[in-house]
Amino acid sequence: MASEKPAPLLQIEDLHVSVGDREILRGVDLTIGEGETHVLLGPNGGGKSTLLNTIVGMPGYRITQGRVVFKGVDLAGLEIDERARLGIGIAFQRPPAVRGVKLRQMIDVAANGTLDDEAMAALDEDLSLGHMLERDVNMGFSGGEAKRSEMAQLLAQMPDLALFDEPESGVDLDNIAVVGGAMNALLKGEERIAERTRAGLIITHTGHILEYVNADVAHVLYSGRLACKGNPLDLIEEISSHGYEACVGCKLCQSL
Amino acid sequence: MPEPLSPKAQQRLDEIRVAAEAAIDKPAALGPDVDITRFRTVSEQQKIESLESLQKQVKETVIHSGFMADETDRSASYFQMDRTPIYERVQKAFDDAIEITSTEDALRLWPEEMIEKYWWRAVMPDKDKYTALVALHQTEGYFIRVKAGRKVEKPIQACLFVSESNVSQNVHNIIIVEDGAEANVITGCNVHVDVKEGLHAGISEFYVGKGAKLTFTMVHNWAADFSVRPRTGVVVDDDGIYINNYVLLTPVKSIQAFPVAKLVGARSTAVFNSIVYGLKDSYIDLGSESQLIGEGSRSEAVARTVSMDQSTVYSRGRLIGRTNDCKAHLDCRGIVQSPESTQWAIPDLASEGAPGAELSHEAAISPIAAEEIYYLMTRGLPKDEAISMITRGFVNIDIPGLPDVLRKQIDKAIEETSKEAM
Repeated sequence: MASEKPAPLLQIEDLHVSVGDREILRGVDLTIGEGETHVLLGPNGGGKSTLLNTIVGMPGYRITQGRVVFKGVDLAGLEIDERARLGIGIAFQRPPAVRGVKLRQMIDVAANGTLDDEAMAALDEDLSLGHMLERDVNMGFSGGEAKRSEMAQLLAQMPDLALFDEPESGVDLDNIAVVGGAMNALLKGEERIAERTRAGLIITHTGHILEYVNADVAHVLYSGRLACKGNPLDLIEEISSHGYEACVGCKLCQSL
Repeated sequence: MPEPLSPKAQQRLDEIRVAAEAAIDKPAALGPDVDITRFRTVSEQQKIESLESLQKQVKETVIHSGFMADETDRSASYFQMDRTPIYERVQKAFDDAIEITSTEDALRLWPEEMIEKYWWRAVMPDKDKYTALVALHQTEGYFIRVKAGRKVEKPIQACLFVSESNVSQNVHNIIIVEDGAEANVITGCNVHVDVKEGLHAGISEFYVGKGAKLTFTMVHNWAADFSVRPRTGVVVDDDGIYINNYVLLTPVKSIQAFPVAKLVGARSTAVFNSIVYGLKDSYIDLGSESQLIGEGSRSEAVARTVSMDQSTVYSRGRLIGRTNDCKAHLDCRGIVQSPESTQWAIPDLASEGAPGAELSHEAAISPIAAEEIYYLMTRGLPKDEAISMITRGFVNIDIPGLPDVLRKQIDKAIEETSKEAM
């Protein structure tokens, strides 16, 4: 490795993951460098959420082979909260409701108590949180509210690697713009790549979110493997016209 | 010489005595039976001039139930040690708004009015042996009256303290909030740290007038060998609001209580909130009943129970609709944190000839969901802190009028118990 090239932020090597008796990931290799934004495409059941949950450290996702290295640290054996404090954050697709715990408290926790009133007010304004702050987190939240709440927590946490599980699902267009804006703010998508440090990995089906967020590269996770990669918008167009199977089988991807 | 009672009042007192005598061996419908003949009644104590002259140990004990010896943030105080009301005072600013005295003094001062309107009118003396015990061998209790139209924001505090072992304290309390008045009453029942066995039988009769509001917060702080049998009846008039907050955070041998709110007034409301920790081998049987009688009456009961160790906890709630336009809801949730603990959630709804009554309940006993713990952990919170935050949220029901000291006390209990549950 050339000495001027920094070690990648996230390095996944030959990752095999089982849930129960079922092997979901069958040898995934993925490298995400500082400042890079990657997109993860693929059919339902292909293992996209499994990959995110494995990186986060959710129990029940058993690594049978390979490893996940973040900032040079093998994540095996690290608890969810230890990974979070190391700099991994996630916006869930369907976060659980927690009775009695307010969104404001979740934001405070995510910021590790470092958020002052001004910063909280800015979050409130950017994401139109309003009365949501005093509500039990995710309790009766609409699709758009749940996503905005997840983004508020990520913006408070400011992780070095942010994982987004279908940030546009179940969200109307107005909310997609708000969520996309927040993702952009987090990943600093408008700055030149050399100045960015935070990285992102985004699961999307439709690609709508890419109208707001600049992604560098997309991968297709198919049958537990990363079957191909390419320019995000090109890949999405290819998939929407010809389907995943044709995409995965195409020569361009095979040659990668 | 006091004037003799009217024949009608004397007849009423005789009826109460006869009814109580007939019920002195009658076991309660719920809860383990207590042999009331084992206890002698509590003793006389010396009156005090200032709450500051209470023993340091006593002051430290009662503060756990929200009773402040420094009365700056209180409008009035009543302190009963064993059978003696050792201290009764209304702060100057509220002199013409509040009357506070012992119930026996109230009966001496206004016998005809008391007997006609308030004396054993909301609780029946022959309900069971504990009501009978108080009717026949009463050892004082507090009388609080808030005058019509007076809204007293600062809490009125009352403390019933037991300093001896093997006694029964048989108190009879009466609170009257007259039409348009508002009051916030905090009562603590405490025992001295050295006290072991004993019985507390407490009758409480509350009368909430038209458009009046009573927030009543009770914190129990018992000894592990104490048996507790409160009997409470509340009558709420038109547009009146009664809010009952109950907190139990310490072990008790057995407690059984089932306060009844009679919502006789149109648009009257009753709210019951309770936070109960079942600790050690406590036997706890608590609930509430709302009778929706007046047109447009409403009721809500919210109970949160955490049980540990070898405790047994019954959480009951009964809603009875007796008018077409009434609505009530029960929300009763429990977490069992020990394999040796038992919890019952018993919601009970009845519509008695009221086809339009809307009564509903949600009852659940379940552990904290693992996915909720993981969710908090993804924000960087260690597992034990995540569990205690969720547990705190679980019992952190919105309790109006709860003093800060109690909120902190509840938080502390949660910290301790959730650590134990790891």
